Amino acid sequence: MKKSSSMIPYLIWMALFIIIPMLLVVYYAFTVKTPEGITWSLDNFARFFEPIYLKVLWRSLALALGSTLICLLLGYPVAMIMAGNAFTRKNVVMLLFVIPMWMNFLLRTYAWLAILERNGFLNVLLTSLGLPRLNILYTNTAVVLGMVYNFLPFMVLPIYSVLSKIDKGVIEAAGDLGANPVQVFTRVIFPLSLPGVISGITMVFMPALTTFVISRLLGGGQFTLIGNLIEQQFLVVADWGFGSAISMVMIIFILLSMAIMSFFEGEDKEKTLW
Amino acid sequence: MVRKSKIGVILLSLIIFSFILGGCKQDKPTLYVYNWGDYIDESILEEFEKEAGIKVIYDTFATNEDMYVKIKSGGSSYDVIFPSDYMLTRMIEEEMLEKIDLDKIPNYKYLDNRFMGNDYDPNNEYSLPYMWGTMGILYNTTMVNEVVDSWDILWDPKYAKEILMLDSQRDSIGAALLKLGYSLNTLDSRELAEAGELLKKQKPLVLAYVVDEGKDKMVAGEAALALTWSGEAAYACEENADLAYAIPKESTNIWFDVMAIPKGAKNKEGALKFMDFLNRPEISLRNAEYTGYATPNSAAKAMLPEEVRNDPSLYPEEEDLVNAEVFVNLGKTLKEYDRIWTEVKAH
Repeated sequence: MKKSSSMIPYLIWMALFIIIPMLLVVYYAFTVKTPEGITWSLDNFARFFEPIYLKVLWRSLALALGSTLICLLLGYPVAMIMAGNAFTRKNVVMLLFVIPMWMNFLLRTYAWLAILERNGFLNVLLTSLGLPRLNILYTNTAVVLGMVYNFLPFMVLPIYSVLSKIDKGVIEAAGDLGANPVQVFTRVIFPLSLPGVISGITMVFMPALTTFVISRLLGGGQFTLIGNLIEQQFLVVADWGFGSAISMVMIIFILLSMAIMSFFEGEDKEKTLW
Repeated sequence: MVRKSKIGVILLSLIIFSFILGGCKQDKPTLYVYNWGDYIDESILEEFEKEAGIKVIYDTFATNEDMYVKIKSGGSSYDVIFPSDYMLTRMIEEEMLEKIDLDKIPNYKYLDNRFMGNDYDPNNEYSLPYMWGTMGILYNTTMVNEVVDSWDILWDPKYAKEILMLDSQRDSIGAALLKLGYSLNTLDSRELAEAGELLKKQKPLVLAYVVDEGKDKMVAGEAALALTWSGEAAYACEENADLAYAIPKESTNIWFDVMAIPKGAKNKEGALKFMDFLNRPEISLRNAEYTGYATPNSAAKAMLPEEVRNDPSLYPEEEDLVNAEVFVNLGKTLKEYDRIWTEVKAH
């Protein structure tokens, strides 16, 4: 009795800020306004499966997957170095990763504009070294760079957190039993760190898939991503139905990716992340 | 018509917020004003507070759409807002505005007649113009060695990757429509499709589709040509003497930012007083000088320095604007613009 009454505030909170908004999204997605009033319809979804919108979806997926992969390849070694015994300045590196996150996300992305532009920082540096200029602003490369820069900490921190909790005895035992360093990594460390990797992938993939600021600023608005499309529907066109339908398709993708993740994770459930 | 980087807006709203927190409770009536970022000489607000005995709470937005969403969702209690023409029409159609009583705004007589009774509000029942301007081409005279007088130059392969377009469906599609000799407000899907094709053809030449960062890019010499609004151009030309602004001969868009009162405003009297105050010639003059935008107040314009008053890019002659069109709200057809724009950008 006592237990259930203490849950009421949380239930109200969830209803107000999670369930009701979700239901509203579902409602808008499945209805269309006609002169006779509001009717149930699948038109909004049908519209999404037209080639131009699928192209946008495909591009968003490709960019988000690419960024996630790069984050993983960059982030895993960093997390390993940080978690390793040889490294004594963990807190300093941790701080270096976290401090930029205290600054406004928009500000950091604007800073990349100044670095990458034609007469920007990077090109001034390159020309002063006698190297050719690099014009990557307003290309796919710049968008991926912006995503990797902004989301890398979300990959490093969960992996680091799991790695640092691995019992060192296990690793030593593997070595004692004759495993070489590569085998120790592939058969012991990596499998044990999977929950962190999976959490990192989800935490990078989702914001990368839905971002609209990075693609607008660093992509010069030339690369409409799914996030831009949704923003456009709500703010400019005022077509909330179509916007909600795209959002629902997005939710399905995220649920799918979570299902795939939990499938992998299922092997060792007892490992907790934090 | 986005004036300032979002950072500025964020900082400003922080400052305003701290004012709200700092200000203690007073019996004085309060007026909530919602305007574009950096679009008023703020000393004018203090003067109004002193003279009218009304406390002004001043808030800013970055785009019409942001403002619309905030007013539409309710919960805010603004008394005076500054939408642009097409947004005003949309708000009138959705019954989001109070009618204004012109008898309470005697200073409206200073407003130039040619800016009254436009299509977006035919009888000025809901609004009075605050600033106006045109859409045109901002170019860098060190990079462009020819006369800029036509929209065609934005399609010239000579300037590949030197062109900035606006990341705004109405404006960029508008430029394509004007180049083709069609109306900015066309509802004809064949004409729209043609404009879409033209924009797709232009895309390889475009460096980026920008909004507020465009003028800074031009000032920094990052591009040769940009589709811009006159007010942005005035700012950019002041920062970099190599820049110039031209209104293409085919036709242009003439735009207005207006003052209006949202439905449910608590201090309607104060709002009318504020609108009257802003229309005083000397106050209007200060705003025009501060913002660098063109004022519709003819008495204020007459007091401006001659080189500003006669600057054809800021105050074009009436006969140069005979073909110029105001954006009108497109209703359902807006979706078609959106589809074409998405096609261009996903191309």
